[in-house]
Amino acid sequence: MTKQLMRGSHVIGEAAARAGCRFYAGYPITPQNELPEYMSKRFAEIEDATFIQAESELAAINMVMGASMAGVRAMTSSSSPGISLKQEGISYIAGMELPAVVVNIMRGGPGLGNIAPSQQDYFQATRGGGHGGYRTIVLAPYSGQELVTLTMKAFDLADAYGTPVILLGDGLMGQMMEPVTFPDPIDPATLPQKDWVLDGARGRESRLIASLHLDPLEMEQFNWKLARKYAAICERETEYESYLLDDAVLALVAFGTAARIAKGAVNRVRKAGLKAGLFRPITLWPFPGKELRALTRTIKNLLVFEMNFGQMVEDVKLSVGEQATVHFHGRPGGIIPTPHDIGAAITKLIYRYELDD
Amino acid sequence: MAKQVFKRSKALKDNIFHYCPGCGHSIIHRLIAEVIDDLGIRDKTVGVPPAGCAVLAYNYIDVDMGEAPHGRAVAVATGIKRARPDLIVFTYQGDGDIAAIGTAETIHAANRGERLSAIFVNNGVYGMTGGQMAPTTLLGQTTTTTPGGRLPLRDGFPVDLSQMLAVAGGSAYIERTAVTSPKNIMKTKKAIKKAFQVQMDDLGFALVEILSQCPINWKLSPVEACRRVEEEVVKTYPLGVIKDTTQAQN
Repeated sequence: MTKQLMRGSHVIGEAAARAGCRFYAGYPITPQNELPEYMSKRFAEIEDATFIQAESELAAINMVMGASMAGVRAMTSSSSPGISLKQEGISYIAGMELPAVVVNIMRGGPGLGNIAPSQQDYFQATRGGGHGGYRTIVLAPYSGQELVTLTMKAFDLADAYGTPVILLGDGLMGQMMEPVTFPDPIDPATLPQKDWVLDGARGRESRLIASLHLDPLEMEQFNWKLARKYAAICERETEYESYLLDDAVLALVAFGTAARIAKGAVNRVRKAGLKAGLFRPITLWPFPGKELRALTRTIKNLLVFEMNFGQMVEDVKLSVGEQATVHFHGRPGGIIPTPHDIGAAITKLIYRYELDD
Repeated sequence: MAKQVFKRSKALKDNIFHYCPGCGHSIIHRLIAEVIDDLGIRDKTVGVPPAGCAVLAYNYIDVDMGEAPHGRAVAVATGIKRARPDLIVFTYQGDGDIAAIGTAETIHAANRGERLSAIFVNNGVYGMTGGQMAPTTLLGQTTTTTPGGRLPLRDGFPVDLSQMLAVAGGSAYIERTAVTSPKNIMKTKKAIKKAFQVQMDDLGFALVEILSQCPINWKLSPVEACRRVEEEVVKTYPLGVIKDTTQAQN
């Protein structure tokens, strides 16, 4: 397959179409408008695909819920304030164990914030986001090509576990143009059959998809079922990248756009002879905590870098405990640091703690 | 041998209704089931029940059902119907659900002409939560949150959602009925059947607003509650066809 130069938002749309997604509903919000625009055009070319510009984020997520009940691979997308509005629906989707893919192209916040790239929704994404104590799988792409693989994987994970999956990018991921290649499109008819969909009780008992469990014991049992499912996801689905960590004295920990910048910073300081590396969580939930803790057998200093004022750093600290010193460097509000900035932060730490001895 | 003149619909489960004595929900559930039987569509119908008293509608109506968050029924139904246009999809919603928290979803679904049949049960109160003011509570009516009666410039006027939906370009059929007497019940059944037929004929959005009685929260006997609908509620919400574009199509 030939390489194509494509904008991140369009890459997500094309990857979704190729993953067999046949339903998209969304509402305009910057910086992700290119995605619904792409879907409207792309789905017009596919006979059984539906694009709806919904009247609100609430309506969009509920339409996705309905399409998912009917057995179709469905997606919605938005940016931070819009994702807040979708949380009601995401909780119901989790409570009904329905598959759905939700794309959050994060922007600066809180409130209306701004339209610049940010990572300020880490907590919201990795802690469920809505009411009721559920989890969502959270995938954090850091390149155009990874937008392809993780978007397609999001649909597989959603179907496999019956759960909403969040693709957590930011304004930079959405706007950045990179060469990408796509695998061949999946024909939805070839996907595993779903034996729970609402398609009319033909020759079978009628089905119910609901999140209501009035009996507390039944509700408790359902919660334990979710807990077991989440434990299985943690066991099987953790994904991360290690970069130049074998001889490193300092490991950066960063995801998404921040990891892209961090990688550049690592390359810069390596040229100056400083032994830094990068640990990049690709799944933010499940968080690769075990793997990070294993790293602290040799690396005693971690520098967490995020485009917020400190969210993933809590998961890092939970993971490594007293095994390493956790430093933090963050820029909230839509500031995009350069590899030079992060390189300076690395250099300062290495010299201050005499890590290069 | 006695001739059987009435039996349970095939689309109605053999469960005892949990509704309060004199409530209209059980009658309306039965009518929907009868219409599904009459049209022979049980095996391709999907229902979307609401949050509220009828949240357990799936315990009675024997078709595939998918639960919606409060107010979002037509949005969920839109997703089901667009994903599977061969299915016949109906929503079942109370006045708080469809005319307060779900107003935006409902108006826009009607405006897009979504091929859905919405059953809107208007009893003028939030029944399940204990009788608070609904968007359709009459002026002067006492509820648990309008202790001195509903005042228009404090609590708002009764919302006439059906009229609002009639303005929407995509709505094809809207009728308001009641379930207070055998005659009204038969008219309601006819209206429900037409709302399903409009969807099956691909004409656009269809809705039946059914004035229902809530004796418990109105603090009236069932007979008094029916009388109140016929004598008082209809003054604000007159019965009859509000919009019907099917005539123009014929």
